[in-house]
Amino acid sequence: MEFSVNHPILFVLVAIIVAAVLGQSIFFLIKAWKRGVAIGMDKKKLRSIAATAGIFTVAPAVAIVISVIALSKKLGVALPWLRLSVVGSLSYEAIAAENTSLAMGLTGSATPNASQFVTIALVMTLSIMVGIWLVPAICKKLQGGMGKLEQRDKKWADVFQSAMFIGMIAAFVGFVFCDVSDAFSGNFKGLIPVCVMVVSALVMAICGLLAGKFKKIHWIADYALPVSLIVGMASAIPFTAWLS
Amino acid sequence: MKKEMTYMDQVHRWGTVWNLSMMAILLAFPIAVALIFKAFPDMNGLWKGLLATAPMYWAVGVIETVTYIPMLGAGGSYLSFVTGNISNLKLPCALNALEQAKVKANSEEGEVVSTIAIAVSSIVTTLIIILGVILITPLTPVLESPVLTPAFDQMIPALFGGLGVVFVSRNWKLAIAPVTLMLILFIAVPALNAGTVGIMVPVSVVFTLIVSRIMYKKNLL
Repeated sequence: MEFSVNHPILFVLVAIIVAAVLGQSIFFLIKAWKRGVAIGMDKKKLRSIAATAGIFTVAPAVAIVISVIALSKKLGVALPWLRLSVVGSLSYEAIAAENTSLAMGLTGSATPNASQFVTIALVMTLSIMVGIWLVPAICKKLQGGMGKLEQRDKKWADVFQSAMFIGMIAAFVGFVFCDVSDAFSGNFKGLIPVCVMVVSALVMAICGLLAGKFKKIHWIADYALPVSLIVGMASAIPFTAWLS
Repeated sequence: MKKEMTYMDQVHRWGTVWNLSMMAILLAFPIAVALIFKAFPDMNGLWKGLLATAPMYWAVGVIETVTYIPMLGAGGSYLSFVTGNISNLKLPCALNALEQAKVKANSEEGEVVSTIAIAVSSIVTTLIIILGVILITPLTPVLESPVLTPAFDQMIPALFGGLGVVFVSRNWKLAIAPVTLMLILFIAVPALNAGTVGIMVPVSVVFTLIVSRIMYKKNLL
């Protein structure tokens, strides 16, 4: 059988794996939903949480499709479809593919042959598998540790949890400012992410104020994050035109 | 009499079954391609590719797993480490859901809420990627158009602007030190950029935990 990076068999194999990923997500969704109902959580609230999560996901998911398109130019569509439906991200997959391609002398836009394709797919898969097996190995122990912490000192356990979230957010806030110093040398591109973040934060703050003032239109609070995300991303278009 | 399994025990049991099965299925892909096309890996390329890629990603993977599990909850962790895009999608989605439901992450309600949010997010992502793959030819010029590209390039700032304002305003005392440190580091160190932000998340989390412990002990929170 003659190999091509877009051979139909590759799509069939990937479709089977993607179906399994969907199966896992649906399984956990049903389990959590049933448990939520069993412990007396409001079904309406659960539906609203699911709806917000779904709407919020659309824009980032489209960004992932763009990553599939970017990787497909060299690797075909099937492998990027697989890699970005599980674990991977554009930066990681691109680095793994590039490192392996270079090691095999596959440079530029040349597409891999079957052996090179298998090698690239193996490196991509093996290099990023840690989380998949490590979670089963340590999740229960870590969760148990968190539970013990809560039993010992509930207030500290709450602070601990908030501190973890804040730590993660702080790293990304710092990242948004990583190129601002370029402005001193006349390159204002680094200010674009800062402006976008400010717009998004303002939209979120306005939604919060509106939700507090008009309690009847609670959907404002529910959809504030997706709205701020979309408005922030849209604002990048004029900011880029202005600052580039 | 056999003790009945709690919900959390079931999550861990099924999570282990699913993740280990997914690991086997993922590894089966390159093996299946090799067998179908009778093409065996280039061992030199495999070795060199792994050497250049794996050590860093294994180290980052271990640190990320330890860092993210307490934030994602059990069900959310099993799912997120299979479906990926944790810091830029699954975790913000879970955080927003916890905020929306007004429940704590370390409660059973929090576990349920974050699992539902991450599962829905994973399903929607998978379906949109499928749609994108089916429509890749007509979609490519649209999604790569110069008008839309800046919007998708700035997804992370747009995401953390909205998320940041909620969490930082609510925990501003906790946020001062880590936000200041991260701003200084990212502005002053040129090596810190989009490629290294994932490594800085655990650094920032550990730093915030140390500072918050000191503040907590001194009754400053």
